[in-house]
Amino acid sequence: MAATLMAIPPDAADAAPAAPGAPKAVDLRADFEASGLPEIFAQLDQEMVGLAPIKRRLRETAALLLVDRARQRFGLAVGAPTLHMSFTGNPGTGKTTLALKMAAILHRLGYVRRGHLVTVTRDDLVGQYIGHTAPKTKEVLKRAAGGVLFIDEAYYLYRPENERDYGQESIEILLQVMENQRDDLVVILAGYADRMDRFFQANPGFRSRVAHHIDFPDYGEEELLEIGERQLETMNYRLSPQAKAVFAQYIALRRGQPHFANGRSIRNALDRARLRQASRLFQRDEGPLSVDDLTVIEAEDILASRVFAGTPDSQTGDSQAGDRGTPS
Amino acid sequence: MRLTQGTFSFLPDLTDEQITAQVQYCIDQGWAVNIEFTDDPHPRNTYWDMWGLPMFDIRDAAGVMGELASCRKIYGDRYIRISGFDASHGWESVRLSFIVNRPANEPGFALERQESDGRRILYSTRAYAAQLPEGERYS
Repeated sequence: MAATLMAIPPDAADAAPAAPGAPKAVDLRADFEASGLPEIFAQLDQEMVGLAPIKRRLRETAALLLVDRARQRFGLAVGAPTLHMSFTGNPGTGKTTLALKMAAILHRLGYVRRGHLVTVTRDDLVGQYIGHTAPKTKEVLKRAAGGVLFIDEAYYLYRPENERDYGQESIEILLQVMENQRDDLVVILAGYADRMDRFFQANPGFRSRVAHHIDFPDYGEEELLEIGERQLETMNYRLSPQAKAVFAQYIALRRGQPHFANGRSIRNALDRARLRQASRLFQRDEGPLSVDDLTVIEAEDILASRVFAGTPDSQTGDSQAGDRGTPS
Repeated sequence: MRLTQGTFSFLPDLTDEQITAQVQYCIDQGWAVNIEFTDDPHPRNTYWDMWGLPMFDIRDAAGVMGELASCRKIYGDRYIRISGFDASHGWESVRLSFIVNRPANEPGFALERQESDGRRILYSTRAYAAQLPEGERYS
């Protein structure tokens, strides 16, 4: 955001019904520092690779909210802003992680009171029989009050093929709360872009109540490599130089295959590489192992992957349980 | 006669804002918040009817206040109280309980004297409202 001092022009301040004791000028920069946001943004830059448009968008949103807050101090009326968002993007692009950050940002800015994140899917909102849905949805809303409600794969709420589906009931309650209790909770809907589009078309009420549509781009190959290295780092592993080159190749190949889930696929690939490293270490008989032996993943651990054999992992029964595949 | 049971009962009725603050205090202490209602004001009537389940995993008072609003919508003519239950070891008991809703008209209690053997007198109190069957007492 702009780092300049910003003063409201005097005529604007006079025209407005200024609150008693209202300051003559606001230092947005100082506000920004005091809100604790710089730490969150620094954390965001540090922990999350790529996602430049998202980070910019988050900063813009934060700037808007800061300015809104400054305007309030001058008595310039602003309605409670609509903060409901929709996160669209392919699997594994960091939607949930970002929702957590969003909750923290909104909490620092004082737009949600507690700043906790409640993650739900259709199962948690929709009941199995008549009269079961409303209490379930209300229970979830009660839990999310004062924080952020993150509805993952929100399009499952609406099932046009079954006209007796109870999802509609849940949607109606959600819409009502999104409208009437805007200061109590913020709803974030997440899902794959194309299906979310269809969902919004079928439920125009949602589209108009969601102010921010944020699209998550897929990661580039270099970004994926960096993500992989960071994941290994947190687990106290590292790639040998050859392994790094091979892994870059692996990413390029894997990206072309079906059921690629960005960050999550990388994590699964690395989990399998760790498995192979463990069995390699176990089978060799060259005396005691050093710390280096235990931490370094060699090229052969990655080369053994079926991706290099030309068959996708998922079709040969290799564990892909963590991946949510492409829309069926 | 104004019913005085539980905490704050000698103060003027709490506003919604004050109730919210008290509920938030309970939540911050990690207590489960309950909403209970009754139309029998007798002081020995310990077990009131519960409105829904105890609310364990709530982070903000807004959720409880929503439940209170819906309870008032149906049982607005009865006594409603909020209690905070501390489940931690050694307590396992209600830590705070206060009335958040009362009927418009509270007729009070009659003192009944019963003469028993040897001119001994037994005293008991009976709520005037309790003469009517349950559900018709304050409407």
